[in-house]
Amino acid sequence: MEPLNALVAFSNFVVIPATAYGAQLALGALGVTLIYGILRFSNFAHGDTMAFGAMGTILATWALQAAGVSLGPLPTALLALPVGIAACAVLLLLTDKLVYKFYRARKVSPVLLVIVSMGVMFVYNGLVRFVIGVDDQNFDDGARYLIGAIQFRQMTGLDEGLAIRTSQAITVVTAVVTVAILFWFLNHTRTGKSMRAFSDNEDLALLSGISPDRVVRVTWLIVAALATIAGVLYGLDKSFKPFTYFQLLLPVFAAAIVGGLGSPIGAIAGGFVIAFSEVTLTYAFKKVANYLLPESLEIDGLAQLLATDYKFAVSFAILVIVLLFRPTGLFRGKSA
Amino acid sequence: MNPSLRTPLLFLAVAALIVLVGVLQSWNVALGILNMGLVSAIMALGVNMQWGYAGLFNVGVMGFVALGGLAAVIVSMPPVDAAWAAGGARVMAAMAVGAATIAGAIFLWKRLGRRSGRGLIVAAVLAIGFVVYRWLLGPAVDAIESVDPAATGYLGGLGLPIVLAWPIGGVLAAGAAWIVGKTALGLRSDYLAIATLGIAEIIIAVLKNEDWLSRGVKNVIGLPRPVPYEVDLQNSEAFVTRMSDWGFDPVTASTITVKLAYAGLFVLVLIVLLWLAQAALASPWGRMMRAIRDNETAAEAMGKDVTRRHLQVFILGSALCGLAGAMMTTLDGQLVPTTYQPLRFTFLIWVMVIVGGSGNNFGAVLGGILIWFLWVEVEPLGRWVMDNVTANLDDGILKQRLIDSAAHMRLLTMGVLMLVVLRFAPRGLIPER
Repeated sequence: MEPLNALVAFSNFVVIPATAYGAQLALGALGVTLIYGILRFSNFAHGDTMAFGAMGTILATWALQAAGVSLGPLPTALLALPVGIAACAVLLLLTDKLVYKFYRARKVSPVLLVIVSMGVMFVYNGLVRFVIGVDDQNFDDGARYLIGAIQFRQMTGLDEGLAIRTSQAITVVTAVVTVAILFWFLNHTRTGKSMRAFSDNEDLALLSGISPDRVVRVTWLIVAALATIAGVLYGLDKSFKPFTYFQLLLPVFAAAIVGGLGSPIGAIAGGFVIAFSEVTLTYAFKKVANYLLPESLEIDGLAQLLATDYKFAVSFAILVIVLLFRPTGLFRGKSA
Repeated sequence: MNPSLRTPLLFLAVAALIVLVGVLQSWNVALGILNMGLVSAIMALGVNMQWGYAGLFNVGVMGFVALGGLAAVIVSMPPVDAAWAAGGARVMAAMAVGAATIAGAIFLWKRLGRRSGRGLIVAAVLAIGFVVYRWLLGPAVDAIESVDPAATGYLGGLGLPIVLAWPIGGVLAAGAAWIVGKTALGLRSDYLAIATLGIAEIIIAVLKNEDWLSRGVKNVIGLPRPVPYEVDLQNSEAFVTRMSDWGFDPVTASTITVKLAYAGLFVLVLIVLLWLAQAALASPWGRMMRAIRDNETAAEAMGKDVTRRHLQVFILGSALCGLAGAMMTTLDGQLVPTTYQPLRFTFLIWVMVIVGGSGNNFGAVLGGILIWFLWVEVEPLGRWVMDNVTANLDDGILKQRLIDSAAHMRLLTMGVLMLVVLRFAPRGLIPER
């Protein structure tokens, strides 16, 4: 019976990774939900938008590294982030001008826009593979751990170690800052308020003299920033591989739908719901259980509910439950 | 152009492209493209039913195709008796418990009505069922997977002719489609998309991880064939003399004969399906489907049960994808779960439907063969372009990079093609009449 060790093990293997992952999903889902709210379609190209932004950042990071610039213990990628965001913004605005604008002017049905976004997804995916290839790229430099497992054990005298990777800490801090700025922007600036008005009731917003072009432009800019930050954080935390970004589409959409499409606060909640369920259900609880159980009852099995490869099944199951019982999501999104 | 002339002309053009490959590259490549193109055409036909007839957005084609592949293994491979003895009964019991748990939970949920504590009771049933299921499954799976893992390590199949797997693949896919359709149809159209995306990923995860079922990433190879083997033909006296008489090299002739045999089978299936699809589209049922697609509210007001009809056509279309998946695995002769990539098996099929002409069955078939042709041929073409572009460059990173990138040209090409068609010819090459 060592509840403290159990708690540490649980934090180390479940709470900390899930928090970082949840923050990444939340940022991705925020982008999806904003596009849904303002432009009124589910953007299938979002995963590849994240990959593109991350790629821009990686290229800039390499340039900075070659020039000998570094942030010390922090990854250089943070310095390169604005370049990635700018590249992503240019790409998205260009796409909007060349592709989406035409359909928006004709007020086509949302499902057609989804199909168009599928074509865009192909192009982005091709672009990313074209420029950086399909291989893993590790671009995380700087200190690896904020607190190492051994260091923690020495500090506390516990058997179990607790490690916080720098990338995890950076993820959470960056996500909090980004979300704070986003909410401040949406709630307190004129442009942000006009965006919310546009999302609530397009016709009324137009009647009040809000320029739709401006709202759309600003939306894409924000989406570029969110997608790039999410992509870079995910890449720092795990590694950058174009294909995994495409696969992020499912958990990101699940997060946005669980929270309620179109609701920013819902996207954040949804991100953490999905992340915590995924990590908890696929974690082998043997260690934690054996710390908690008396010695005579210790278990041999892994006590793992689902194999790690079934993490998609978790997003999917949550999605299905929400669709069945609360189709508008936890925070009453706009979908009926 | 006269629309009645347009269709045969376009098909002739595609046939000419394939003949061109035969002349310029090799007939083996050309027939390979044709066979896969025919399979893709059936998948496109399925997606066209869902999208073109009913406006349903299915992005889980890959999953249904993979289920067809699983059917090919389950039907055609010989059973592994040792594995069945080791844990077959227990696995079956686990499956039964799993199914009974879910059915029981749904039954209880409906039966208990709005009584308080309903959620808790159902959750308890699910939890107990899950524990029993895992308790039954775990040891059985270990036992099965330890039976000669290098060669088998799975339950094997039924040892039946592989052609039977084609309809069974369709049935398996239809079952999965029923589950998805029941949950996601009747809600917003994008929800169906996300749900199908999810189920496809789950099916692939099952194929990769459940080694007792289909050997997982160890792959099942050497599936039985509905057509003769090349080696047998080469050893056959009659075949060799006849081919030599006709002036062909017996080895090449044997590979081509096998491919032609597949092509014959596939064309037969395609013609039957195309005929059925055309008949359905022209029937009152087809008119009703289009009426629902064009104006759901009006159709509903006329007393049509929109959600039911959607479910019906969704199941039918997915069944076609499953059938095509079983045919594809038969053609490949192996089930390799890692080759199922969404870009190739879901989104490429969508490009086929959009480019071919959504709502038109002939369009879908044409798109299937044409886009598959492009998918295969864009890579060597891109390579050739890049070689020419970089011919005057000095050797270095840029040159190497450009040449390597030719491999990724196809995604870019497909995306641009799809966007251009959607923008400038949204009705596709052969528009709906």
